[in-house]
Amino acid sequence: MAAAPILEVESLNVAIPVPAGTLHPVQEVGFRVTRGHTLAIVGESGCGKSLTSLALMNLLPPRAARTAGRLALDGQDLLGLSEREMADIRGNRMSMIFQEPMTSLNPAYTVGDQLVEAERRHRRTSVTAARDRAVWLLEKVGMTGAGERLRQYPHQLSGGLRQRVMIAMALMCDPDLIIADEPTTALDVTIQAQILHLLADLQREFETGLILITHDLGVVARLCDRVAVMYAGQIVEEGTARQIFRTPAHPYTRGLLDCIPIPGKTRRGAHLGTIPGIVPSLVGSMPGCHFADRCPHASGACRSGPIAFRDGAGPGHRYRCVLSLPSGPARPDPAP
Amino acid sequence: MLAYLLKRLGIAILVALTVSVVTFSMIYLSGDPALALAGESATEEDIENIRRFYGYDRPIPVQYLSWLGRAVQGDFGHSHYLREPVATVIFERLPTTMLLGFTALAFALALSVPLGVLAAIRPNSLVDRAALTLAVVGQAMPSFWFALTLMLWLGIYWQLLPITGSSSWANFVMPSIALGYYVTPAVMRLTRAGMLEVLAADYIRTARAKGLRPMKVLFKHALRNAVIPVVSLAAVQFGFMLGGSIVIETIFAINGLGFLAWESIQRADLPMMQAIVLVLSVFYIVLTFLADMLNAWLDPRIRVV
Amino acid sequence: MEKAAPMVSLPAPEPSPAALLRRRIFGHAGLLIGSAVLIAIILTALLAPWIAPHDPYDQVLDRKLIPPVWSDGGKATWVHPLGTDHFGRDYLSRLIWGARISLVIGFSAMLISGVIGTVLGVLAGFFGGRVDMVANFLITTRLSMPVVLVAIAVVSLVGSSLTVVIWVLGLLIWDRFAVVMRSATMQVRNLDFVAAAQALGCSKSRIVFSEILPNIANHLIVVATVEMAHAILLEAALSFLGLGVQPPEPSWGLMISEAKGLMFFDGWLIAIPGTALFALVLSINLLGDGVRDVTAPGGV
Repeated sequence: MAAAPILEVESLNVAIPVPAGTLHPVQEVGFRVTRGHTLAIVGESGCGKSLTSLALMNLLPPRAARTAGRLALDGQDLLGLSEREMADIRGNRMSMIFQEPMTSLNPAYTVGDQLVEAERRHRRTSVTAARDRAVWLLEKVGMTGAGERLRQYPHQLSGGLRQRVMIAMALMCDPDLIIADEPTTALDVTIQAQILHLLADLQREFETGLILITHDLGVVARLCDRVAVMYAGQIVEEGTARQIFRTPAHPYTRGLLDCIPIPGKTRRGAHLGTIPGIVPSLVGSMPGCHFADRCPHASGACRSGPIAFRDGAGPGHRYRCVLSLPSGPARPDPAP
Repeated sequence: MLAYLLKRLGIAILVALTVSVVTFSMIYLSGDPALALAGESATEEDIENIRRFYGYDRPIPVQYLSWLGRAVQGDFGHSHYLREPVATVIFERLPTTMLLGFTALAFALALSVPLGVLAAIRPNSLVDRAALTLAVVGQAMPSFWFALTLMLWLGIYWQLLPITGSSSWANFVMPSIALGYYVTPAVMRLTRAGMLEVLAADYIRTARAKGLRPMKVLFKHALRNAVIPVVSLAAVQFGFMLGGSIVIETIFAINGLGFLAWESIQRADLPMMQAIVLVLSVFYIVLTFLADMLNAWLDPRIRVV
Repeated sequence: MEKAAPMVSLPAPEPSPAALLRRRIFGHAGLLIGSAVLIAIILTALLAPWIAPHDPYDQVLDRKLIPPVWSDGGKATWVHPLGTDHFGRDYLSRLIWGARISLVIGFSAMLISGVIGTVLGVLAGFFGGRVDMVANFLITTRLSMPVVLVAIAVVSLVGSSLTVVIWVLGLLIWDRFAVVMRSATMQVRNLDFVAAAQALGCSKSRIVFSEILPNIANHLIVVATVEMAHAILLEAALSFLGLGVQPPEPSWGLMISEAKGLMFFDGWLIAIPGTALFALVLSINLLGDGVRDVTAPGGV
C-alpha cells in the first residue's frame, strides 16, 4: 500500500449539547483511506459511525460542533475551508450515499433532473452532456431503459432502484472518495448483496476511495481492504480485513465476531455469542476504556485513564486495549 | 391522473348539489315563505295569490328541482326588492368582491410565506418570534375591529387613504389588509411547519451532499415541497375570505357581493340571499377543485401513478 | 446483565412524567399568561352583579359620552372609569356584563359543535371505509358554505336571540373538531394497545371510550379552545352586523357596532370593547397553544 492516502483523518471529535450536558458521539477518531481501496467502519447502531461520515462531509446538524487535528482530502486541508468552499468539494470530489433510498431523493423532481443537477453544479457541462453521462451511469449501475428512467419520479422506483440512482448520483462528478452510510440497511436481503457488489465493482473501476459504514461484518469480510471497528464513539481496533478477522485483538471485536455464524464452520444449533451489558451513555466525559463495563477481562487499569493504541499482529494493525495480544489459534476466515 | 381528476370532479358536483339543497331549504326556515313575503296586513287571498305566483303551492321536491334547473342556467329569479333579475345584480357585484379577495390574498401571501420561510430557516430566532407574535395577535383580533381601527388611524387621523367606497385602487388598500391579515396566521404557521419538516428531510441532506448552494437547496428542493399544503390552504382561505368579505365590505361600503348580501338580508330579499350563498359556495367548491389540480401538478406522487 | 456504566459526570436522573409535565406547564409563559387572563375574565363575568359599578342598561341621558378617566377632557370622572356611551350607560358595567355574553355563547357553541364534530370524527377515524367517506363528504360540504353569510342569513330568517345565535354557530363550526378528531383517532387506532384490546375481544364502544378517547383528549382540548375563540369572534361579528345579540344587551360586538358612528370623534368607544374581545380571544388561544405544547411528546 504505497499509494498516498486520499483521505486523512486525525483526532476527529463531535460534540452535541443536550439538556443533560454535552454528548460526545465521536471521540478522537482517526484513519486513512487510500485511492482505490475500501475502508469499512463497523459498529453497532449509535456507536458514532454515521456522525463520523457526516462530520467528514461537514453535514452535521447545526447544533453539533466538529473539531479535528487533521482532515485532508488528497493532501488538501478541509478544516480551514469556508462552507462555500466545502460545498464546491461536496458531490464533486467527495460524495455520499445515504442509508434511506426511499426518502433521500426529492419526490418533486425527476431522477434525471436530480442526476444532472449534481454534475451541472460542479462542471460547466451542457445539459445534454450531463444527461448523456447520467444515462451512461444509470446503465453502469445496472438499470435497464436508462433513458426512460431519467423521466421517472422517485416514487415510481423500488428501493433497490432508488439506491442505484443514489450511487449513480454519487459518481456523477467522478469523485476521489465516496462515503456510503449503511447503503443497504433499508433494502431487501436479496437486493443488499447486489448493491454491495455493484459498489465494490464501481469503486474498483472508477479508482475511488470508498468508506463503507456498516454493522454487517459479513459484508466487510468480502468487500473491504481495511476495517475500523467503532465502539461508543471511539475506534477500538483497526487493521486489514484479514487481520481483523483472523487475529482480532480487542475484546469487543472478538465479541462481535463471536456473534456471527460462519458458514460451514459453525455447527448447526451451536450457541452464538452475545456481548452482555449495554452501551454507555456518551454524555459527559469518560476517562477509561468505554468497553470496560461489558468486558470479561476488565481490571482497574481499564478505568484509570485514557487507553492508548497498541500494535497488533502485523503492520497497520492497532487496537485500543490494556491487554497484550491474545495468544491462541487464528480464527478461520469468515469470507466464503 | 384522469381517474383522479374525475373522482375529484364527481365529489365536487355532489357537494355542490348538497349545498344547493341546504340553500334551497333556507326559504322554509322562517316558516311559510308566502306569509313572510305578504307581510302582516295581507289577507288570506293575497297570501294564496303569492303562494301560487311563486310556486310555493307545489310539492317541495318539485319546487327544488325547478329552482335548481333554473339556477344551473343562471336564472336565480327576480329580486323581491330591486325588481331586477338576481343573476344580473350578482354578476354586476361579483368582480368587486373577486378583486378584493385577490388583493387580500396577495397581501396575505406576500406577508405570510416569506415570514414563514424565514421563521423556519432560523427557528427560535428574532424573526421566528416576531412572526409567531404576529400570528398569535392576528388570530385573536376581531377582523371588523381591526378594520375600524385601520380606518380610524390611516383614514381619519393620518388621512392617508379614503375610508369608504370602491371607486379607485386606494379604496381597496385598507379592506385588503383587513381581510388578508385575518388569514395570515394560518398560512404563516403552515408555511413554517411545512418548511421545518421539509428542511429536516433526507432529500435536503442529499441536495447539500451534492454541494448545491444554500439558496438552491432552499428554493428548488425545500420550498417546492413545502408549498404543496400551502396551495390547498390558500384556496380554502380565499373561499373563507369571500365569505368573510361581508363584514369588511359592509364596513368600507364596498359595492361587492358581501355588501349586497348584507343589504339583501336587511331587505328580506330571499332569492338574492339564496343565490349569493349558492354562488359563493359553488365558487369555493370550484376553487378547492382547482387547488387539487394545482397540487397534482406540483406533487408528482399524485400526478404520475 | 451489568448495570449501566459508572461515569464521572452522570446525566441527571430522568424526572417523573408528572414532574416533567409540571415543569413544562410552569415553564410555559404563554400558558400561564393565557390561563391567568382567562380566569380573571371568567371571574369578572361570574361576579358581574357585585363588581359592576352601575346597571348596564341604565340610561342617564344627561351623562352621555363621558370620556374614560385617562382622557384629558374635563368631563372624565371616576364615577364612570371607562366613561359612558351615547345613551349615558356606564361603559365599564356594560363591559363586565358583556363578558358573560361572550363566554356563554363561546362555550355553548363550542360544546354543541364539539359533540357533533367529535362524534363524526371519531366514527370516521375508527371505522374508516364508507363511514369515513360519508364523514369526509359532510365536512367538505360544510366547509364550502361560508359561515358568516349562512349564519346571518339563518339568524335573520329564524329571528335573533341568544339561543338562536348559540345553535346556529354550534351547528356551523364543527368542521375542525371533525377533521382533527378523525386524524387523531386514526393515529391512535393503529397503535398496539388498541390492536391488543381488539384482539382481546373488547367491544367497539369500550375501545372507543376507554382506549381512544383518553388518548385524543389533548387534541380535543386544543380544538375546543380554538373553536371557543372562533365562536366568540363570530358572535361579535354577527352582533356587529346587527344580526346577533340584540340591543340593549351589552355584547362587545354590539358595543362596537353602536359606537362605530361616533368613533371618529371618540375612538375609545371602539377601542375599549375591542381590546376586551382581543384579550379574551388571545387568552383562550394562548391556553390552547400552551396545552398543545405541554402535551406534545418531546415538547419543551
